[in-house]
Amino acid sequence: MDLRVSLPGLELKNPILPASGCFGFGREFSEFYDLNELGAITIKAATSEGRFGNPTPRVAETSGGMLNAIGLQNPGVKRIMEEELKFLEQYETPILANVAGSTEEEYVEVARELGAHHRVNALELNISCPNVKEGGIQFGTDPSLAASLTRAVKSVSEVPVYVKLSPNTGDIVEMAKAVEGAGADGLSMINTLVGMKLDLGTGRPILANGTGGLSGPSIKPVAIRMVYQVSQAVSIPIIGMGGVTCVEDVLEFLLAGASAVAVGTANFQNPLICPELIEQLPELMDRCGYGSVQACIGRSFKHEETSLSGT
Amino acid sequence: MHVLQNKWIASNTFEMKLTGRFVNSMKQPGQFLHIKVGDGTSHVLRRPLSIANVDHHIVTVIYKIVGKGTKWLSERKIGETVDVIGPRGTGFPIEGVRNEHIVLIGGGVGVPPLYYLGRKLVQQSNTVTSVLGFQGKDGVFYEDAFRELGETLITTDDGSYGYKGRVTDLIGVLNQDVTQYFSCGPKPMLKGVSETFTIPGFISLEERMGCGVGACFACVCETSDPEDSKGYRKICQDGPVFPAGEVVL
Ligand SMILES: Cc1cc2nc3c(=O)[nH]c(=O)nc-3n(C[C@H](O)[C@H](O)[C@H](O)COP(=O)(O)OP(=O)(O)OC[C@H]3O[C@@H](n4cnc5c(N)ncnc54)[C@H](O)[C@@H]3O)c2cc1C
Ligand SMILES: Cc1cc2nc3c(=O)[nH]c(=O)nc-3n(C[C@H](O)[C@H](O)[C@H](O)COP(=O)(O)O)c2cc1C
Ligand code: FES
Repeated sequence: MDLRVSLPGLELKNPILPASGCFGFGREFSEFYDLNELGAITIKAATSEGRFGNPTPRVAETSGGMLNAIGLQNPGVKRIMEEELKFLEQYETPILANVAGSTEEEYVEVARELGAHHRVNALELNISCPNVKEGGIQFGTDPSLAASLTRAVKSVSEVPVYVKLSPNTGDIVEMAKAVEGAGADGLSMINTLVGMKLDLGTGRPILANGTGGLSGPSIKPVAIRMVYQVSQAVSIPIIGMGGVTCVEDVLEFLLAGASAVAVGTANFQNPLICPELIEQLPELMDRCGYGSVQACIGRSFKHEETSLSGT
Repeated sequence: MHVLQNKWIASNTFEMKLTGRFVNSMKQPGQFLHIKVGDGTSHVLRRPLSIANVDHHIVTVIYKIVGKGTKWLSERKIGETVDVIGPRGTGFPIEGVRNEHIVLIGGGVGVPPLYYLGRKLVQQSNTVTSVLGFQGKDGVFYEDAFRELGETLITTDDGSYGYKGRVTDLIGVLNQDVTQYFSCGPKPMLKGVSETFTIPGFISLEERMGCGVGACFACVCETSDPEDSKGYRKICQDGPVFPAGEVVL
């Protein structure tokens, strides 16, 4: 079974990669399995200086999901390059580096530095983090701001740029088209949906930040719908994510139009989820009559164009 | 891991004994097990529970029912399996601790890890005094087990058993020859304990966790030293045990 996928900057031997922020910089999961098994690795968001993030509690469980308000805690781009990317040098797996910031200048600076690092194969522009007071999300809700940021980052980046879209926006298709027009090489979607959970004892939100980003199985139908709509409206590839917990979910994202599938929250319940999905995917594809990952991509809307056996 | 026993030992408090492959690696007291609860994806987060004892390939956890996860755990029957990751975290550094007089101070669900710790300390020829705080008489557990290790003082918030008041009230009456303290319990208690003692000590913290393995930055706390090169510690990885004073409570 051919699991390979070729995307801008990323030659994936299979379509599975961990999602940003749910995998740190890989170190902890290397205790559980060989990171070379993965299609790619998305690392935690980098900002220009180290950030401490939000007060705790930063996570809360919800029915079939969780809320997080980490607040982009990270050691800053320099230390990430010196310590974390150095650690990842022992692996061959392509790296997608998540870039965040509060201002356009900060995004551009981080993108320039990370994009020039020999171990980084592509950037993922995080314009969708709902958990920081300034920056991030407003770029993710305003198509013209998002387009101008994409253009600025593209002009300094030595590697392809994927823009990570927020579901917390009016029209995700318009957003996707705007960043495609600004030169984005690919999209990744979706980031978390803004939510809240109250503590019945205190009557207040459980998260110190008040609101947090909802992830996990409960957001999957939203993510599938968005990937389905966007993939038909743009011609750049999509890394799909949101609530993947089993191999059927992976296939569903591919059929909806994603070219690769990222796994976030599920790493917390099962640290071995990514290698397990990679192992199980061929059998499911075979059972459903697909001969390659390529044949699955966008099948939901390409039904009439191709025969079911696919190639 | 296989459930060997799961029984009610005090008000809403259960003792669960498990056996499985990794028990032999559970050598350091203060570490925790990260336990999957619920069926399928109903609960996306695992629950951290301290190792309360390890004996002959059997690990014990003691937990209080506070929500859906611990409720689910309390319904597990003998012979069923529970999905466990562990041991995780950094526990109490007791290697080389010998011939000292140690005081263990625990509150509520902070008591369980102190039992395994106390047993190890006694095996290493230390004298152990335990000060354990509970809400009320119904909540008291493991009193006799701690008494076997050494002098044990119990406090209850409502005075229904032992001394009335808080564990910190008893620090003044402790023998002057104590050399170190180890403490686990709610944050206000740890704050009180570390501010009252002048001898060195270690404290074990609790925080809501995402991954439990050090990858998600959910469980961080700030270091007391503003010059610290990182400025934070991860409770699930660097902790849950820290030298008193290292992190901000
Ligand atoms: C290192 C560590 C060791 C612990 N050891 C013990 C122990 O030995 N015995 C014991 O009874 N309890 C212990 N706790 C607390 C225990 O983890 C929580 O009581 C338990 O997770 C509650 O789960 P629930 O589903 O019943 O409650 P819910 O309130 O329904 O849980 C919802 C979410 O909040 C989290 N949560 C709720 N309360 C706490 C808490 N106090 N600390 C951390 N996360 C919490 C849960 O893990 C879950 O993700 C420990 C916590 C930590 C961090
Ligand atoms: C704890 C946590 C931290 C996250 N941090 C980031 C981040 O730093 N950058 C980013 O682009 N997305 C971040 N995300 C979003 C995920 O990458 C992903 O888009 C989202 O969680 C949906 O996928 P899932 O349902 O599989 O988790 C984070 C999610 C979680 C749960
Ligand atoms: S719980 Fe994820 S880093 Fe500690």
